[in-house]
Amino acid sequence: MNAGAARSGRAVRRARRVKALRSSAGLFSRNKMGMAGLAILVVFILMAVFADVLAPEARLSVTNAPGAPLEPPSARFWLGTDELGRSVLDLVIQGSQISLLVGFLATAISMLIGALVGVTAGYFGGWVDVILMRFTDWFLVIPFLPLAIVLAAILGQSLLVIALVIGIVTWPGTARVVRAQVLTLKERPYVERARALGAGKRQIIGRHILPNVFPLIFANTILVVAVAILTEATLSFLGLGDPFSVSWGSILESAFAEGAISLGAWWYLIPPGLCIVLVVLGFTMCGYAFDEILDPRLRKR
Amino acid sequence: MNGNLLEIQDLRVLYEVRGAKAPAVDGVDLSLGAGDAVGLAGESGCGKSTLALACLGLLPRNATVEGSMKFEGAEVVGAKPGRLRALRWAGISMVFQGAMNAFNPVKRVGDQVVEAILLHEDVSKKEASGRMRELFEHSGIAPRRAEDYPYEFSGGMRQRVMIAMALACNPPLVIADEPTTALDVMIQAQILNLLAQLREERNIALLIITHDLSVLAQVADRVAVMYAGRIVEEGSAAELLTTPRHPYSRSLVGAFPVIGDPASRGVPTGLPGDPPDPAARPPGCAFHPRCPSAFEPCDRIDPSLKRYGPRLAACHLVDREAEV
Repeated sequence: MNAGAARSGRAVRRARRVKALRSSAGLFSRNKMGMAGLAILVVFILMAVFADVLAPEARLSVTNAPGAPLEPPSARFWLGTDELGRSVLDLVIQGSQISLLVGFLATAISMLIGALVGVTAGYFGGWVDVILMRFTDWFLVIPFLPLAIVLAAILGQSLLVIALVIGIVTWPGTARVVRAQVLTLKERPYVERARALGAGKRQIIGRHILPNVFPLIFANTILVVAVAILTEATLSFLGLGDPFSVSWGSILESAFAEGAISLGAWWYLIPPGLCIVLVVLGFTMCGYAFDEILDPRLRKR
Repeated sequence: MNGNLLEIQDLRVLYEVRGAKAPAVDGVDLSLGAGDAVGLAGESGCGKSTLALACLGLLPRNATVEGSMKFEGAEVVGAKPGRLRALRWAGISMVFQGAMNAFNPVKRVGDQVVEAILLHEDVSKKEASGRMRELFEHSGIAPRRAEDYPYEFSGGMRQRVMIAMALACNPPLVIADEPTTALDVMIQAQILNLLAQLREERNIALLIITHDLSVLAQVADRVAVMYAGRIVEEGSAAELLTTPRHPYSRSLVGAFPVIGDPASRGVPTGLPGDPPDPAARPPGCAFHPRCPSAFEPCDRIDPSLKRYGPRLAACHLVDREAEV
């Protein structure tokens, strides 16, 4: 009898939690912009995951290209071919993998640095805060692209370096936002209570501050991914990407270098550009939708 | 009875505000023995909570502490951070004002109690969680609710969890800072009964901080009334609450209607004015500008805390009455 009551109580609470989760999911699904963004992203993520099935790497061989150079779109090559006779569709599909991978990796680095600096500055305050924030300001005002170009040139050309460079130039915004939130969190009574418990700094930050800034970091992540993908394209377009892998930026670069514009080979130029725009749009739309869900004041009544 | 658990002597807490040092606690002596229940009463801004935070070494950075505070014979003022952290909760724990906010909203309440145990004792998570369930049971909460989040509790239940948490490490002293504020009267009575019952079962000393004298009547043996950072009257709860001698205590007691005395019901007397700014303490007795019975020496000479039989008071009027 007692056990039955306990179980039903637990079941009721679990149901309540599932309902809360569903209501967040429901809010998201009723947000047209968010759903459109999510749909775009799902298509591209699937494309990236199954890239090797959809466009086997063998077909991207430079020496053994399947078609003639710069063929216009046809039934065989839906998006035409590049200057070496490779299918542009295959290139774009393969490129999605690198673009998304670098985007996510760069975002992870950016979030890690941003969260670390933001939490440290916000929690410890005083001169730690002053120094870290001036450091952040310094990164914030440095012209972003030249810094990325210089870093990429110095550190060399590989996927990891590109991700690192993007991470280094995008973290200051996150650091600022996280710091602001930590400043309010550390004055909350439960942090004082944790201190009264005898908790040390590590415990307070790890168990009480971080879990509470996490939603903010998460919402920020989505928006940073878009910036990271765009930056990756920019750097690759400028020839600073990894020369051994195909990304949307590097496709644009070779199209530009081969004179696709003056040759009227629009099929070489437009698809990768469109992909970049769509993915960035997808992330931004999802980001705004999450913002609205996390901040009820932004919801439409 | 003769307090050796907590010995506070001439304790001062100074807040540095815009270059000036303002004493929020200004020379307090207070002692508590094992199992004592002492109430600290006074209106907002008289230094009660500052005193409580000082016991745990939790004052903000702009505060300096002077004087002496010994817990179980060891000095707390100026103790190293490591020792302070060991003392917190295992020696002195606290029931916070407004339990609504004293919980991390994204952690299950049970885990937050377990956290307290694990911080101080070398026990497995399983043992700690077993103890947490026991504490919940003792505090009148169904142990299965340990898996809930703070928002799923009512104010009274949350205060019960807070009390369970305060007892987690079996501390000899629990400080309750406004334990019943923002609770309705029925729940207040339940919480106070719980505190009194736990005190009896575990021989815990209680330091109850409140502006609500009815709380003290229910749980405290001894009451100290604070005004402007000092104790102005101290005595047994029964005596002080029925026959207060210091005009300030009288005003505090007079602000409540007495149950069973219909005459007092219509006219709870108030006391106009606010306690003085700690940075600008009036000369003489700090209370004289608001005192209804201030007379000649009050605005010049600061009365010291003197013993009158079993009671202590700092007032020229009490002095004069005692002489007559």
